[in-house]
Amino acid sequence: MQLTNRSKQVADTKMTWMERIYLPGIIKGMIITFSHIFKKKPTIQYPEVQRPIAPVYRGQHVLKRDDAGAERCTACGLCAVACPAEAITMVAEERKQGEEKLYREEKFAATYEINMLRCIFCGLCEEACPKEAIFLTDRIVPTTYLREDYIYGKDRLVEKMDHRVDVSKRQTNNLADFKNNSSKAHNKTI
Amino acid sequence: MLSTEIIYKIILILAVFTVTLVVALYSTFAERKVAAVLQDRYGPNRAGPLGMFQPFADGVKMFTKEEFIPGNADKQLFILGPSIAMLTCLMTGAVIPWGGDLTIGDYIFKLQVTDINIGILYLLGVVSVGVYGIMIGGWASNNKYSLLGALRASSQMISYEIAMGLALIALVMMTGSLSLGEIVRQQDEGLANIVYQPLGFLIFLVCAFAETNRAPFDLPETESELVGGYHTEFSSMKLGFYLFSEYINMFISSALIATLYFGGYNFPFQHSLGIEGNALSIVQTVVFFGKIFFFIFFYMWVRWTIPRFRYDQLMKLGWKTLIPLAILNLFITGIVIGFKNGFFN
Ligand code: SF4
Ligand code: SF4
Repeated sequence: MQLTNRSKQVADTKMTWMERIYLPGIIKGMIITFSHIFKKKPTIQYPEVQRPIAPVYRGQHVLKRDDAGAERCTACGLCAVACPAEAITMVAEERKQGEEKLYREEKFAATYEINMLRCIFCGLCEEACPKEAIFLTDRIVPTTYLREDYIYGKDRLVEKMDHRVDVSKRQTNNLADFKNNSSKAHNKTI
Repeated sequence: MLSTEIIYKIILILAVFTVTLVVALYSTFAERKVAAVLQDRYGPNRAGPLGMFQPFADGVKMFTKEEFIPGNADKQLFILGPSIAMLTCLMTGAVIPWGGDLTIGDYIFKLQVTDINIGILYLLGVVSVGVYGIMIGGWASNNKYSLLGALRASSQMISYEIAMGLALIALVMMTGSLSLGEIVRQQDEGLANIVYQPLGFLIFLVCAFAETNRAPFDLPETESELVGGYHTEFSSMKLGFYLFSEYINMFISSALIATLYFGGYNFPFQHSLGIEGNALSIVQTVVFFGKIFFFIFFYMWVRWTIPRFRYDQLMKLGWKTLIPLAILNLFITGIVIGFKNGFFN
């Protein structure tokens, strides 16, 4: 199969005199490199300019709170089961009296950790979550020097009250429909 | 009278010294910029406006790196190597005529540290001492890569010095002088030497690339086979000296190419511009630096275009092509001079 018409047949012929003095070839090459001075540079000046990312970009996770500010996650573990990279671990705990403002469900995640080095940002956790608690956002996981720093606990995953993360573009109607439609296999009660 | 002369010379030496260092400093920056634009990149542009402070950042980095001497290295020679390399390349600037004469009051100041009548010979001598810097450094490191790099450097420089010398002899035969000042003055009266010596120029240019260890002849420091070549074991400012001396060499050889073959500080129609005396001298210096900067750019342009030669190809080119060509050039020059002087009548 021929992919391009630019390929050249390799031949082990003797070089002609013109080729052997190299100078024409060198001059040709130098003209080519010189012409590149005026070419447009494809570099993106990163911190100032950012490459446009897709609206459904899957980056660092967020654990959502509901409108009243209570954590939505109920530590059901479905995300951990769904995760192909086994990146999620959690410890569940029962909600006590007076903690209704903090946790929406009767059971909550006392610890919830995602190892960002294991995570492949597939988004299956988000799909598995029945409580609309976990979402992937368009934030990029920053690099650090230590492996421990990549294990994100609740301190970094749960959204801050004064700094809510907008995930509306990932909560499409289709998705909500899919999640709530009881005729779909994943919602069937046995 | 004497004291004015001495003070002036000291000032001029300091000025040449400073200019050489500054140009070398910014050559490191220019190298990265040129490499970048030739490859559709931006190059360093973070430190200061357009990255202008990058060389200083590099300098600070070089100075603050650990000063390391390998255990089995010969300490004295290890320090002597980079020192010689730096010393010799700084010495070469002394004979380059940087511009015409300046007249202030009764004094005529030459913009040349010293116009010795064996300028070219002096240059060749100093440059060949420069090989010792590399050879001693590579030998003293007690490392096989360094040694191989040093061996390559020395044999390469010695081989190419012959062709370079032969090309220069043809030029000297034509001009009848070894003094750089005289050669430049002759080019003011006549045409630039490139017109008479195109082949000689080409040989000299190729040899200059080999002498300064620049790509495509940078075999002494081929990263792919010799780690870092002769400066593998060097760190901190000792490494800085080696790298710096390479850039100074590039600057000086650019100045030399401009002086010998492109009219030095002269430029076409300079006497019909209506400026004279000091103003003309200053313009001449600016023009001269313009020429030098073009050749420095040319060095970099070639480096980022042509792949490195193989060592046997390098030697073949030197001994089997350049030297016969240089002899041919010498021969032709001799015959032409003979005809002109009526030798064959
Ligand atoms: S995005 Fe995929 S890999 Fe990452 S935690 Fe969620 S399910 Fe696991
Ligand atoms: S994030 Fe969702 S799926 Fe995961 S434990 Fe919490 S509620 Fe369950």
